Amino acid sequence: MPFTKKLQKFNATIRTVEVGTGDKTTKLGGGNTLPFYSFDAPTANTAKIGIEISDLGLAHEPDCIKEVYAGCETVADMAKKAITIEGVDFLCLKLEGGDPNGENRPVEELVAVAKEVADAVDFPIVVEGCKNVEKDAELLSKVAEALQGKNVLLMSAKEENYKNIGAAAGLAYNQLVGAESAVDINLAKQLNVLLKQLGVDSGKVVMNVGSSAAGYGFDYLISTLDRVKAAALGQNDDSLLMPIITPVASETWSVKESTATEEDMPEWGSVVERAIDMEIETAVACLACGTDAVILKHPTSIATVSKMINALS
Amino acid sequence: MALTGIQIFKLTPKKNCKECGCPTCMAFSMKVAQGAMTIDQCPHMSEEAVATLSEASAPPMKTIKAGFKAFADNKNDSEKEFALGGETVLFRHEKTFVNKTRYSVCVCTCMEDEKVDARLKGVAAIDYDRIGDRMYVEFVTVNCCEDASPEKYAELVKKADAAGRALILNVKDEACAKAALDVCKDKKPILNAADASNYEAMSKLATDAGVVLGVSGASVEELYDTVAAIEKLGNKNLILDINMETLKDTFAAAVFVRRAALKDTDRTFGYPSIVNVAKLAKGDSHMQAALAALFTMKYGSVVVVEEMSYAQALPLYGLRQNLFTDPQKAPRIDPGIYPINGGDENSICLTTVDFALTYFLVSGELERSGVPCNLLISDAGGLSVLTSWAAGKFSSGSIAKYIQEFEIESKIKNRTLVLPGKVAVLKGDLEAKLPGWKIVVGPTEAVQLVKFLKDMQAGGQA
Repeated sequence: MPFTKKLQKFNATIRTVEVGTGDKTTKLGGGNTLPFYSFDAPTANTAKIGIEISDLGLAHEPDCIKEVYAGCETVADMAKKAITIEGVDFLCLKLEGGDPNGENRPVEELVAVAKEVADAVDFPIVVEGCKNVEKDAELLSKVAEALQGKNVLLMSAKEENYKNIGAAAGLAYNQLVGAESAVDINLAKQLNVLLKQLGVDSGKVVMNVGSSAAGYGFDYLISTLDRVKAAALGQNDDSLLMPIITPVASETWSVKESTATEEDMPEWGSVVERAIDMEIETAVACLACGTDAVILKHPTSIATVSKMINALS
Repeated sequence: MALTGIQIFKLTPKKNCKECGCPTCMAFSMKVAQGAMTIDQCPHMSEEAVATLSEASAPPMKTIKAGFKAFADNKNDSEKEFALGGETVLFRHEKTFVNKTRYSVCVCTCMEDEKVDARLKGVAAIDYDRIGDRMYVEFVTVNCCEDASPEKYAELVKKADAAGRALILNVKDEACAKAALDVCKDKKPILNAADASNYEAMSKLATDAGVVLGVSGASVEELYDTVAAIEKLGNKNLILDINMETLKDTFAAAVFVRRAALKDTDRTFGYPSIVNVAKLAKGDSHMQAALAALFTMKYGSVVVVEEMSYAQALPLYGLRQNLFTDPQKAPRIDPGIYPINGGDENSICLTTVDFALTYFLVSGELERSGVPCNLLISDAGGLSVLTSWAAGKFSSGSIAKYIQEFEIESKIKNRTLVLPGKVAVLKGDLEAKLPGWKIVVGPTEAVQLVKFLKDMQAGGQA
């Protein structure tokens, strides 16, 4: 008997969330197959790649990133440069300087940076907070207000601060809400339900179900992504049909594989190559489990992952 | 797919003779379905029924053994050969993935001698330990170009064999295949040689030499027909080379093959697979890294790259280690002293549990702080801080016992011990149990460790 290809059809489709305005937008989600299973059904919308820049500029970046932005004086200059890099679909501005345990920059200053960047580029923008839940509650709400009309995605509302961020971004200023939970399908679902109860339109929510670098407890992320996709598509679970965004660079660039110097680890070879491959392989593994958008940092990683996404769709 | 109890019951004699030890035939059938008993424990089962049942209860995907391991995977590994395939689920959370993806570099008859030597030398360079598993390049693939003579190919195979790794022979010419097998068949190589045009001859060669035969096809359908034809010849010691013309078709083939085997129990595709990403992304090491990760996630049993650098290997082997862990068993770190940032006997000590995830988070942050320190890991049952504390496995008693058993006091002169903030309650008790030690309560989250340690260092305490 000859082999007949059995296709796997789902009745559900991941919601499409459009970031940005005008003709410069990017669409996240929209798939109705498992990731890259374009043989089951045509790919409606490919996975997207964001490029990460920080309000702290280049001071804390490794040399290979400094080279990319050579000549840039302000964060806005960096933004302008970043969006010209091949394969980039959206810009991710990380306001990490707000961290009270770090630089502790005041909210007004950070909002000004976000405003400056948003004014400098006509491109889809994601704004990430500083990870401190109290600070982010205020910071991201203010950013949502300042960037009104730009249709930006604010990351992230967590269980502790979803009321502030959800209300400001999703209700008051009509922006998009990132819902962040800690590598567990039930926590992800719960937060989406809470946001819905708050009155946030589920069509404006993008999930971040956690992130980690390959080799660093990545098994939990694989299973969470696999299970979220299975529940969303297989059971048409409305509270899990949001597209998924995964910040990859912020995890991979700090692990020792990407930071150990060549003097300390001579047998490991080039630190730049190590950081790039760590970023590429982690991003690919996330995409293979169902992430709809990854946030990366190095142009080579972005070009490689983008090429692979296009070849598979 | 295994049969249900009811399906098995229909084949039993339904005599309720109790000779198998079960009260009824139904009870026996249920036990067989669960795998608690085997069908031959019923003395009255007809031969026909036994044959039907053992066929149906055979695993959907064969475990194929090939090549000899250069090193044991870890201290519990006593298998001499590589086991490939044998998977029962499509996603790791459904049960667990059993036989991890193996990696290969490749050499070809068309390469210059110096290049071949350099690449084979590079194989030995990748060899390190990651949480108890030995990470190295397990296979060397030897390609035979169309114009290569049997002598030339055999020569290259001999050279590749000297690298001490298991071999995959990529060859389409019968004479070349024979010459290569004459040189290395004792090493149990994979003879990746059969396709629609030559399978009869190649299957005979593989069977005579007692090696695994690799089968390829121009399409999934052709591959299927060729495998079916080889099975008809009686050879079921196979591996599927699923490479197609494009990346897109190769990925589709990887999924179709595995899905047919596990979801539709189509045993013709119930074999492990080889993916050659070197062919799909020639000369592009970053794309090969990307594709190696992709096919590790989605169903490659062996993934072939051109060469393996540490840059590619470090994330790849870490990814594989995570993917193939048992989701029901938390990964653990061996108890011991882990010096960080060049920590020595005068450096501050911190303690946490042996849950691998906790260890990685904490040690990563400690590295980021740049402060020399010693991370003391005690046996806490492989649970997270609060869970192990609640279970009584991470207590002042367990920490004090560990300090004594590992003779920490004779190995480390520093007497400051930082506790995870979540178990601050242990401080008093621990001070009583460890006289001479200064117990400091650390932060509740790992991310706060950088600032915490830097502050301690600035205050002259670390």
